[in-house]
Amino acid sequence: MDRADTDTRIRAQIEPFNKKGVDIKEETTFQGDLEFDSLTVMDFVAAIEDEFDIIISMNQQAEIETYGQLVDAVHKQRD
Amino acid sequence: MSEGIAQSEKPQNLKGGEPDLFSKFDPLIQMREGLLSTGQQDPYALVMEKVLSPTRAICNGRDTILLGTYNYMGMTFDPQVIEAGNQALRDYGTGTTGSRVLNGTYQGHKECEDALKDFYGMDHAMVFSTGYLANLGIISTIAGKGDYIILDIDSHASIYDGCKLGDAEIVPFKHNDIEAMEKRLKRVPEGAGKLVILEGVYSMLGDVAPLKEMVRIAKEHGAMVLVDEAHSMGFIGENGRGVVEAQGVMDDVDFIIGTFSKSVGTVGGFCVSNHPKFEIMRLVCRPYVFTASLPPSVVATAATSIRKLQVEGHNKRAHLWENSKRLHQGLKDLGFTIGTEEAESAIIAVIMPDLVQGAAMWEALLKEGLYVNLARPPATPANMTLLRCSLCAEHSDEEVGTILNMFEAAGKKTGII
Repeated sequence: MDRADTDTRIRAQIEPFNKKGVDIKEETTFQGDLEFDSLTVMDFVAAIEDEFDIIISMNQQAEIETYGQLVDAVHKQRD
Repeated sequence: MSEGIAQSEKPQNLKGGEPDLFSKFDPLIQMREGLLSTGQQDPYALVMEKVLSPTRAICNGRDTILLGTYNYMGMTFDPQVIEAGNQALRDYGTGTTGSRVLNGTYQGHKECEDALKDFYGMDHAMVFSTGYLANLGIISTIAGKGDYIILDIDSHASIYDGCKLGDAEIVPFKHNDIEAMEKRLKRVPEGAGKLVILEGVYSMLGDVAPLKEMVRIAKEHGAMVLVDEAHSMGFIGENGRGVVEAQGVMDDVDFIIGTFSKSVGTVGGFCVSNHPKFEIMRLVCRPYVFTASLPPSVVATAATSIRKLQVEGHNKRAHLWENSKRLHQGLKDLGFTIGTEEAESAIIAVIMPDLVQGAAMWEALLKEGLYVNLARPPATPANMTLLRCSLCAEHSDEEVGTILNMFEAAGKKTGII
């Protein structure tokens, strides 16, 4: 699996949560740009976990601020 | 040049002062100031000038019915419990001035742990100085770096703080969602230690966990299970041992955490367990070792209260459930939105439209002569504002009727119903 494949699948998962239609780049932040509150984060993380059958613990979540960091974190777990 | 003049030349930014470590609290400070500037009484600064009984106090000079104290079994003014405390004060003094593992274990602490072992029918009991410390201590000590904690997302702050202190991987799942819990258990890496943390009754909405299924699944996946039964002791389950007992999974859970500050009527926390190595916790659990033990009067009142709950608790239970069901139905009939479809515990949570209206309703109730808890985010799930009511076995039928009248009057005054 390459990173681009992970990227495509995460983009599809973000869509229902991207209420304002923000253009998502590597440096797009979840809190600042996408304005995710704690409830949205919970549902979004669960969606990503189910999509890839992985765990993204709260400890890991604390390290992820941008879209690019999420793709990297998920991609690493798929290797 | 004096300092006063030098400061007057600076830009007008004096109110908040220079940015420092307190700057992160500015949004909360502003939110509070906004709320209080409307003349709203501060819901988090109430003083009880006199306490008359488990269900009555004087607040702002007014006789007030208490409906937000978690004093479920009304043990705080039990004459035998008070006498036990008085006797211990005279016999053992005001405090232990020491840790449980040094000079802070008196006869009363052992008697209190014996009472817990008898109450739960368990081999081991460990008493902490508060319920918060019990969760903090047990969780952080048993689940460390590399271990996985799978917990309900609506878990109490003391559970989250325990997870963080221990440095385990923290994996929350959607509230009371059995499937979401199982999925996460399946994904834990092979060989990693697993701890599942659940609560019998969740204190914000007063709803009960599906422990029967959850505990079975957790054990199937080789996890240890810890259940916090703070809000069920004394009145849920045949012997008042909690939701674990009511749902028949007492023997499958590894640890039960509880508190003395609710049904027992004093302060303190505990963990009971049948684990054969449990006693080692007394030496390795830092929130147990590095704090002073409970005062002799407190453990004496706790032990007496626990013994009484064990022997006489069933007399009070039926009336507590009656109160809870009647309040739930009555509030529903008045048009309020309640956190649960039916009364599942002694907590009835009334959902408010928002914080401003919730605070106004809280104050209107207080003026009627009723105290409830105002709960707001981040303590509440789904950013809800709640008026949380907790019933007491000592609330009389008449008082419950009065409470409903007060809710009707305050609800109409504030336009919520």
